[in-house]
Amino acid sequence: MSDIAVRVENLGKKYIIGHRGGEYARFNEFLSGIGKNILRRLKNPLKPYDVSLELEDFWAVRNVSFELKKGDRLGIIGHNGSGKSTTLKMLSRITTPTEGRISMYGRVASLLEVGTGFHPELTGRENIYLNGSILGMTRSEIRKKFDEIVDFSGVEKFLDTPVKRYSSGMYVRLAFAVAAHLNPEIMVVDEVLSVGDAEFQKKCIGKMQDISSDSGKTILFVSHNLRAVQLLCNKGLLLNHGQMQHFGDMTETAGKYIEGREKFTQIPLDQRTDRKGTGELRFISCTIKSEDGKEAAFLPLGQGLTIELKIECTKETPVDPDVEVRIFSSGDLKVGSLNFRNSGYLPQFRKGINTVRFHLPKNPFYPDNYVINLFSSTNNLVADYITNAAVLKTIDGSFQNSDIISQSYRTSVALEYSVDVTHQ
Amino acid sequence: MRPEEKVLVIEANRTGMLYLRDFWNYRELFFTLAWRDIVVRYKQTIVGILWTILRPVATMSVFTVVFGKIAKLPSDAGVPYVLMVFAGMLPWQFISGTITTGSDALVGNQALISKVYFPRMIIPTARIIMALVEFLINAVIFAVLFAWFRYVPSWQIVFLPLFLFMGILLALGVTYFISSLNVKYRDFQYVVPFFVQFGLYVSPIGFSSSVVPEKWRLLYACNPVVGIVDGVRWCLFNSSLMAESVVSAAVISVAFFLFGIWFFRKMEYQFADFI
Repeated sequence: MSDIAVRVENLGKKYIIGHRGGEYARFNEFLSGIGKNILRRLKNPLKPYDVSLELEDFWAVRNVSFELKKGDRLGIIGHNGSGKSTTLKMLSRITTPTEGRISMYGRVASLLEVGTGFHPELTGRENIYLNGSILGMTRSEIRKKFDEIVDFSGVEKFLDTPVKRYSSGMYVRLAFAVAAHLNPEIMVVDEVLSVGDAEFQKKCIGKMQDISSDSGKTILFVSHNLRAVQLLCNKGLLLNHGQMQHFGDMTETAGKYIEGREKFTQIPLDQRTDRKGTGELRFISCTIKSEDGKEAAFLPLGQGLTIELKIECTKETPVDPDVEVRIFSSGDLKVGSLNFRNSGYLPQFRKGINTVRFHLPKNPFYPDNYVINLFSSTNNLVADYITNAAVLKTIDGSFQNSDIISQSYRTSVALEYSVDVTHQ
Repeated sequence: MRPEEKVLVIEANRTGMLYLRDFWNYRELFFTLAWRDIVVRYKQTIVGILWTILRPVATMSVFTVVFGKIAKLPSDAGVPYVLMVFAGMLPWQFISGTITTGSDALVGNQALISKVYFPRMIIPTARIIMALVEFLINAVIFAVLFAWFRYVPSWQIVFLPLFLFMGILLALGVTYFISSLNVKYRDFQYVVPFFVQFGLYVSPIGFSSSVVPEKWRLLYACNPVVGIVDGVRWCLFNSSLMAESVVSAAVISVAFFLFGIWFFRKMEYQFADFI
């Protein structure tokens, strides 16, 4: 069929994890490895060397298959370590797949970073040519679009200044201008594109929407930011531990993702192993209580709520302890943070189990399923970090004495305010 | 599918032919990177491209004084010592320059390798352009020196490209090998300067091969640079040339070139994971 743009069949990538560890192997280790190997063979000439004893296979991605039509915009989502980045790297040919096949019908460009290959010593003009040809434009193409790129970036005055003297804003604008003038049929894009300030992000997403809507371009977009993906994409691919969990309509896929995320919260905190940090302040449990002090499944808007954390402290007196409760909406937007620093409260922790209570006199969250990430630190080092630690489900209630909240005024967070009208 | 439509297939084992075609498709990037390396090298230097001239001239002067005047080593028959040294410096600078700048080419372009696809061999290969440009500049100085000494090169000069070609193969082979090893084992960036220093003294750069005792000749000829440098001198001065050294240079250059490509291709697929 002529309307197929991308076909991925049975894609997989295997890494071999050596028990040696370490990113930079050294040559003497390599040599001693050979030495050991020879010794082993001398001792046991008949027994073949079993590699699996020392090395372990790890499939970062496996059995991923999907098909995109021309003009489809695919969002690849999943939690950290789900294989998103590996998939992206294979799609953009940075690493080769171990098995399977990707076929792309049309001119492909991949954009994993704005300003790849920018050289600080070179001028803006030189970098446009350099970056353009790195991204796959021909010289004549760049020459043709040169004025457009310069216009878009708004740095024409500094075109002959080395980019190392640019402000970071100018640098990013120039870099994005080059990227925005790529004209491929299929585009592989990483979420790092959405770095920079909010305005720049909006510009990026806007430009991406322009690109995708006007001429039936196919886009493959990888992101942590569910909201950005939902804005941009019509198709979704959900990865979980390297496996394809769902492929289909974006809203459907996003739903699956949220569902899966909530499943995590069912596991008792002290049994969770997917945590980071030194463990000095370790979260044991997280309970959400309603106004009457009882654990509650649903918290009504406008009523009091308490988040109670049990934290195990392994030190007698931890230095500069901090605890943060991060609250995310179902669209993955951070809507609130409860912590010690901002409350101005300097807590004392003792060795053993400590109980921390964050109390909100009025629950400001509109009905939604909010996900809570827990974070603790001592001495500015991460002590414990758990994502999807608990879920906070809120239901309708009254906020500000009005029982009915008009649907059209709903946001994520209700604000307490007063209003008055004066007339002269 | 429309016949004119381009299809890109990504799968595990890609053949060498496809790789070669890719290399051709990315030729513009090849020249852009070569141009970048040259421009960047001379940015923020006072004398800029003059360095290219200063380095060989300085080395040549030292060698002429130390080997020619102090040690009083003989030159090839009737050739001014300066010319003989320069004829050695030219290919040596080219080979060692390519290897030195090329061996850390991959590591120096980490950002590119982890963010964009292109045939990785482009990066170390592009460094040869820089060495070639320097070589051409030096060749002009050499021509001036010839005129100064009123020396006319012999007719064998027509064979010069042959020896230069051997030099290119040798330099590329070594560069491919070391640059790809360097990705995994950073030790090699410390080995290269030592290796180049060592090479300078076991190769006939500051002296003529005729000073090497007869019984050591065969071992001496195992160094491929000997065949290349002596070949260049033979082309220019009609000096004596050992057949063994030429054969050894040709065989080793071609072998190293093929080995370098094979090794690079073998390592290439894991560059992005290791760098």
